Amino acid sequence: MRKYVVIGNGVAAAGCIEGIRSTDLNGEITVVSLENHQVYCRPLISYYLENKTSLSKMGYRENDFYEKMNCRVIYGKKVVKIDADLKQVVLDDGETLPYTKICVADGSSPFVPPFEGLESVKNKFSFMTIDDALALEKAVTKKSKVLIIGAGLIGLKCAEGIKDRVSSITVCDLAEHILPSILDYDCAAIMQAHLEENGIKFMLSDTAVKFSKNKAQMRSGKQVDFDVLVLAVGVRPNTELIKNINGQVNRGIVVNDRMETNIQDIYAAGDCAEGNDISLGGKRVLALLPNAYMQGHAAGVNMAGGNEVFDKAIPMNSIGFFGLHAMTAGTYYGEEQGGRLYEEKTDKKLKRLYTKDGFLTGFILIGETERAGIYTALIREKVPLGKVDFDMLQKSATWAAFSKDTRQQKFGGVV
Amino acid sequence: MKRVYVDEKWCLGCHLCEYNCAFANSGLKDMTYLKNKAIYPRIHIEGEGQVSFAVSCRHCVDPICVKSCIASALSKSADGVIKVDQNRCVGCLTCVLVCPYGALMPNEKGVMQKCELCLENACGQPACVSGCPNKAIVYEERGDVL
Repeated sequence: MRKYVVIGNGVAAAGCIEGIRSTDLNGEITVVSLENHQVYCRPLISYYLENKTSLSKMGYRENDFYEKMNCRVIYGKKVVKIDADLKQVVLDDGETLPYTKICVADGSSPFVPPFEGLESVKNKFSFMTIDDALALEKAVTKKSKVLIIGAGLIGLKCAEGIKDRVSSITVCDLAEHILPSILDYDCAAIMQAHLEENGIKFMLSDTAVKFSKNKAQMRSGKQVDFDVLVLAVGVRPNTELIKNINGQVNRGIVVNDRMETNIQDIYAAGDCAEGNDISLGGKRVLALLPNAYMQGHAAGVNMAGGNEVFDKAIPMNSIGFFGLHAMTAGTYYGEEQGGRLYEEKTDKKLKRLYTKDGFLTGFILIGETERAGIYTALIREKVPLGKVDFDMLQKSATWAAFSKDTRQQKFGGVV
Repeated sequence: MKRVYVDEKWCLGCHLCEYNCAFANSGLKDMTYLKNKAIYPRIHIEGEGQVSFAVSCRHCVDPICVKSCIASALSKSADGVIKVDQNRCVGCLTCVLVCPYGALMPNEKGVMQKCELCLENACGQPACVSGCPNKAIVYEERGDVL
């Protein structure tokens, strides 16, 4: 009987467990969970603070998920070592778990630069886990002045989540615009203006260089008083377990389309993994929930002896702040890289479609996001634009731009 | 399973399916109450001029919306129907970002809604199908590959 060890207990782990069980009902599955929680919807932690969901609704699966999947879960423990020769993993309490196949799905960790005086700050938080959210919830009051370091997805979702619970929020970032991982300067300006209208203050091209208790000394020379500090500078994939046994690691743990690492019987999935991004034609860490699930599922099926490839991964984000939604996907090639851009822009709406060599490779939509999935599918499926009426598609995402035969196939058949 | 299929050859582009859908899911007693109201149907007519056709959830065999939902609000039931739990949905629109058919749209409150084949409202069978004057929308089995 196969023994599966799943390191981590997030969405990639859930996908892995379901992948294994779709193929092997009998093998022994052990899940090692550092967090003392069943798998939950991690991206909902800001929605929890915003009162848009509750703890009971945040479970990613039913409460009896592990029983149904016939898994043992070890909570509150960390894997400290994979021994690929003895084929066992070692936990921080010394327990060893023998394995036939492993999936490393233990996500990423907040990256905290060494700020001078950070230890003197009492109320400081990361914003990655449900426990982070609960701790932050306890710390803030209607009078709190909050300083968030980092204007990326995590920092800004945190800002939105706590807006109505606090007195003021200032977000600083070394980058010259917000959401640098998904937006460029012009696009970010639209979202920034909207966030400012909703009471969020920004200090961009600036960051804290020194803390002393409730004061931050900024690089610009300004000083910020705060009661609560949120550190959302960035995250780093957890790669040490694989690095320590000389597995291939770039930014994340390198995997192929079957989610295999270069070490026999070891797979990786989710935010710790670096797989193929087909819009880029190269490897990239794609720390997104959909990819985590699909990578995990593929890993699980393959670990159990089946065959599943996940070869359609692309970066994609749907993110809204105070009612204004932005959707982004794929890779934005500039003109110097042979890319072409189609753009429509007004005050609060923006559409950018990036094409290269006759394919849609990426898009940015702000404000108007209807049927965006039609664009996403063009990227994921690498549909040659010669096969569709792209002039029509540029103006509006519609199936009218596809051939009659394709429509007949899709809307007249099982898909 | 039975699904909704469209045949654009017969579609008049009359938008009646949108009204029938909105009414079926409105809980209203009479369709006339929809007059002068913005409607949020779960089926939409696309195209213009010579070409028009209705788009609603395809109830995919391998639904990417379900796999992508960050709130685990979308699920596939044992009989293959893709459903949304509006109580869990946080309106992030990730499903809109991934649905290749553009079949998902939020309701007036920003919460996702989708075609669930009228199985849980009073209709018993899809209202868009019953009300289509030209039989351009049908509800039938068309060979699932098992």
